[in-house]
Amino acid sequence: MSEEPLRSPDPRMIPVTRPRSWFEPTGGGGQARKPENDRADSADRTDRTDRVGQRPKHQADQEEDSFLRPFILTEGRTRPLHDGLRIETLVHARPDALYAPLHFEHRAIVQLCQTPIAVAEVASRIGVPLGVAKVLVADLYADNLVQLREPTELPVHVIERIRDLVRAL
Amino acid sequence: MSGHSERPSGYPSTIKIVVSGGFGVGKTTFIGAISEIEPLVTEAAMTERSIGVDDAALLRQKSTTTVALDFGRISLDATLVMYLFGTPGQERFNFLWDDLTDGALGAVILVDTRRVNDCYPMLDYFEDLGIPFLVAVNDFDGALVFDLDEVREALGVAPYVPMLRCDARSRESVKNTLVALIEQVLVRRQAATVGGRQQ
Repeated sequence: MSEEPLRSPDPRMIPVTRPRSWFEPTGGGGQARKPENDRADSADRTDRTDRVGQRPKHQADQEEDSFLRPFILTEGRTRPLHDGLRIETLVHARPDALYAPLHFEHRAIVQLCQTPIAVAEVASRIGVPLGVAKVLVADLYADNLVQLREPTELPVHVIERIRDLVRAL
Repeated sequence: MSGHSERPSGYPSTIKIVVSGGFGVGKTTFIGAISEIEPLVTEAAMTERSIGVDDAALLRQKSTTTVALDFGRISLDATLVMYLFGTPGQERFNFLWDDLTDGALGAVILVDTRRVNDCYPMLDYFEDLGIPFLVAVNDFDGALVFDLDEVREALGVAPYVPMLRCDARSRESVKNTLVALIEQVLVRRQAATVGGRQQ
């Protein structure tokens, strides 16, 4: 029940997110390359995975055999369609984005960003380098599937509120 | 500068704080002490912005080097999310520092008094950059305890830069450090609005 460690084993590795059970990958293709699972005893706690909803139980097995060049995910593009994405820019999926036909990583981002999280966190959670995450997020932004929140210069009263909130942590 | 100061109308604003300091000084510990998630790591490409001398031994044998960047998150309330980013510690100065520091509210520079030299490049960097920062002397078990004034003198830190002790393992201590940093942000902000451009 306690959380599995959320670290990516190696940031170059491809997806570590798994579609939620109610959001079946098209044709069940997501399971197609399930590797031989000889660590089933430790990893296979099926009843838990549903609730946690985030950790793939075969992650450990994928680690060894799924290295891909990171920018393959972006079809070789290294420049985001949208400039000015910062590591802390918040990404928030639009409600209808869940129904858009998307490739695996884009969909994974949409699912992750049901609550706003920073670009750096997107990268870490889907297990791609920052540069790749920026390209993918910018794609979604170009298709109007996510909102972005850039950090702005905060007025003094907001900074004071931040201070008070930190103090109250 | 950009006069964007609308109220965050229900949509979260992000706040970035940079945690810097020499290798092994406790940056990740500092972040982990207060983050609501286990500190995460992401890999970022290094942009060539060499200021110090590159230590070739630290670079891998490829033209674009990547560094691991760790960070934590604190949701302060429904509209404010704070991210703490640790600067990569093992190299000198190059990589993605612009990306890291651009738009940051402020920075904490952690100092280990046993290896004071390690933080000089960061001090120079943040002084040049002009974002508010403070120096937190991480008290390690068994480390020689110096008077803060001695440390200030040894580091050549300007009098207006706050300096305090901190235990990176202690949530309370980390919290106090962050509060002190935000105070410093406010002081600097007020100085900017009242007194024009001193400093």
